[in-house]
Amino acid sequence: MKAAVIVFPGSNCDRDCKVAIERSTGASVDMVWHGDSDLPQGLDLIVLPGGFSYGDYLRCGAMASLSPVMTAVKAAALRGVATVGICNGFQVLCEAGMLPGALLRNAGLKYVCKTVDLEIVNGQTRFTAAYQGRRSAVMTVGNGEGNYFADEVTLDRLEGEGLVTFRYRDNPNGSARNIAGIVNESGNVLGLMPHPDRSFEEELGSADGALLFQSALASA
Amino acid sequence: MKAIVHVFLKPGVLDVQGKAVENALHGLGWAEVKDVRVGRVLEFDLGGDAEGAEARVKAMCDKLLANTVIESYRVEIAS
Repeated sequence: MKAAVIVFPGSNCDRDCKVAIERSTGASVDMVWHGDSDLPQGLDLIVLPGGFSYGDYLRCGAMASLSPVMTAVKAAALRGVATVGICNGFQVLCEAGMLPGALLRNAGLKYVCKTVDLEIVNGQTRFTAAYQGRRSAVMTVGNGEGNYFADEVTLDRLEGEGLVTFRYRDNPNGSARNIAGIVNESGNVLGLMPHPDRSFEEELGSADGALLFQSALASA
Repeated sequence: MKAIVHVFLKPGVLDVQGKAVENALHGLGWAEVKDVRVGRVLEFDLGGDAEGAEARVKAMCDKLLANTVIESYRVEIAS
């Protein structure tokens, strides 16, 4: 099993993601610089990590979505490679048009850093299968612009097609319909604001994030 | 020529910054203020053909300068 973590200038959870994936799945993890135009061969999982790519200039994730490596990431996702964007990575996926909607400034205007209870809305995705029917997961969030927004038609479609993967039980940032994470129509691209990479061992307060990485790689 | 691009959150998208500024203005006594929107302005020099300038800047907006899922923009071209 082989995974890659994309490193943008300003990413700060890239190493966390590498360690989380290695410890929870045993996969080997390559770090890929955003300026590279090619990804390693034979990848089973691509992760866009959290952080402040390009200093959040212009809009969170906007500059990163145009990085050279994103052409290769888009191509790999189209081929069906499991792709996860966490926090800033979710913002990048939305800006890149790989997921619908956008992340707005938090409703309370504050950076929110806390543990959150999540509802696993769809346990049948390739990112949630290892939860084995569990309806809850505990992870942490750390974001200032994690307020998911999409128009009503898109929100209805996401809910109707089972694309809402995670929901906050106690919405920390004003996200539309309490959405914390969504998958694309093909089911192989996941974006979520909570950090599975900060919740992969009991010592961190929760090991529930490990199941997400295990799910993603089990289906590879 | 000079291009000036104004980018604002679309009507209907909650502008929490605008709301905070509005509350602050009310606190300072300007109770008549309503619907504050915080946006951004980009200015740049633009070479090339004046005729297609607006279309080129609009393409820049669609591609990078605005996220049309949440934002609308207005382009001014000044000589």
